[in-house]
Amino acid sequence: MTPYEKLRTARASTRPTGSDYVCEIFKDIIELHGDRRYGDDVAIFGGIGYLDEDMPATFLAIDKGKDLESRIARNFGCPKPEGYRKALRLMKQAEKFHRPIVCFVDTLGAFCGAEAEERGQGQAIAENILEMMGLKTPIITIVIGEGGSGGALALATADRVYMLENAVYSVISPEGCASILWKDSNKVADAAACLKITAGDMREFKVIEGIITEDFEHFNKMCNSIRHQIKKDVCALSELSEQSLLDNRYNRFRRIGFFEKSEE
Amino acid sequence: MICPQCGKYFRMGGEERIRSLCDKKSCEEMFDNFESVDFLNFPGYADKLEKAKKSTQEKDAVICGTAAIDGREFAFFVMDSRFMMASMGSVLGEKITSIFEYATDNSLPVIGFTASGGARMQEGIVSLMQMAKVSGAVKRHSNAGNLYITVLTDPTTGGCTASFAMQGDIILAEPKALIGFAGRRVVEQTTKSKLPDNFQSAEFLLEHGFVDAIVPREKLRATLSNLLNIHSNIGGKFDYDSI
Repeated sequence: MTPYEKLRTARASTRPTGSDYVCEIFKDIIELHGDRRYGDDVAIFGGIGYLDEDMPATFLAIDKGKDLESRIARNFGCPKPEGYRKALRLMKQAEKFHRPIVCFVDTLGAFCGAEAEERGQGQAIAENILEMMGLKTPIITIVIGEGGSGGALALATADRVYMLENAVYSVISPEGCASILWKDSNKVADAAACLKITAGDMREFKVIEGIITEDFEHFNKMCNSIRHQIKKDVCALSELSEQSLLDNRYNRFRRIGFFEKSEE
Repeated sequence: MICPQCGKYFRMGGEERIRSLCDKKSCEEMFDNFESVDFLNFPGYADKLEKAKKSTQEKDAVICGTAAIDGREFAFFVMDSRFMMASMGSVLGEKITSIFEYATDNSLPVIGFTASGGARMQEGIVSLMQMAKVSGAVKRHSNAGNLYITVLTDPTTGGCTASFAMQGDIILAEPKALIGFAGRRVVEQTTKSKLPDNFQSAEFLLEHGFVDAIVPREKLRATLSNLLNIHSNIGGKFDYDSI
């Protein structure tokens, strides 16, 4: 598949949404609402459940919705500041009770409306990224569809990041890139290729740890193997001291970058 | 420096800004040996870099170092919007991360002057990751009890707003500076309505609770001096007998 075909596949309305993964992977789910500051953004489905009999975990899933009504309610998966603040509240709660955090990312990006700006969209994302760098509990993120820029990173500043094989992860939407670069938003396919947005590309840049094979016809089986991977990672990460966990997370991002360095 | 028509400030280069603020001969630039590379072979990137280097005589969009105001030393970074609209690529991420690490090792406050159009799309996902990389260094600096002041200048937008610009202990802004996450046109398209003139201005952010103070340029040195002073004896003991 070309990067553009992957982009279209990642966005397909027939794809499972964030809550589908949570419901399949977690048991005894309790949804927890609201940011305790302004409201409840249903674009982010958050709560607690069991990954395994004695492994409770906090989940956060950006959900695009299924039908038109639920898609509108969820802003088509574009979270508002209150969504990110709810996520941070639940992540801090997870830290307090020593629960691992599992995030499912599927967003074109953070919501770009006037009210989102008034309520500090940039500040909300900034705070999540900053605080996630210091959370003393394992964080595992899976990009299941679209990983759109800062709106995705606000749930992806994690110890381990995985992507589904046809998911995409990008600093800007290919439409936005095409319109800036060529003043032509129809050149999406070219922009998608230039930006390097596929799971394979992310693997190469060491932005993700692994690629998950898609098998939506056997969704249950696929989710079982995702759960197995999460549990394996949680076990490995919980072996680490808090300091090593944070140091490793720091270094995971610290080493990313390409530049030339001349002798001083 | 100030537009006689609208009272808005003209944008300043990085070096000009830091020299106009700090004590004479106190400014020392650091980490100035990094240069951007076109590792994605992105259309037009190599040319844009060349042109920006020529027109600004800088290697990239940020300068870092140490300086002092009224004898109080601090580490700084200044973003320069004349260089590709101070978009944030690997070099910028590496330099700002390095200055935070240096400041943490040496228990120095950091003063950061932000200005940016956002992430540098010519570096793809690697540019997005710089937001997390810098944030990690900000967190370590903060956890060690150090002061971080941001001065938001025109324009501070996109991924810059969504990371280190908004992570200061104290967030100052220049009058009338444009500060926001999404671009105005994008927001107008999303909301399908005309936005008020002051939308995403420093004053708008102050009104909504996202900046601590708006400081005019002529008062910036005194304000920063005050802030550095107030934070100069963190954790010091109070002696009742000397009161």
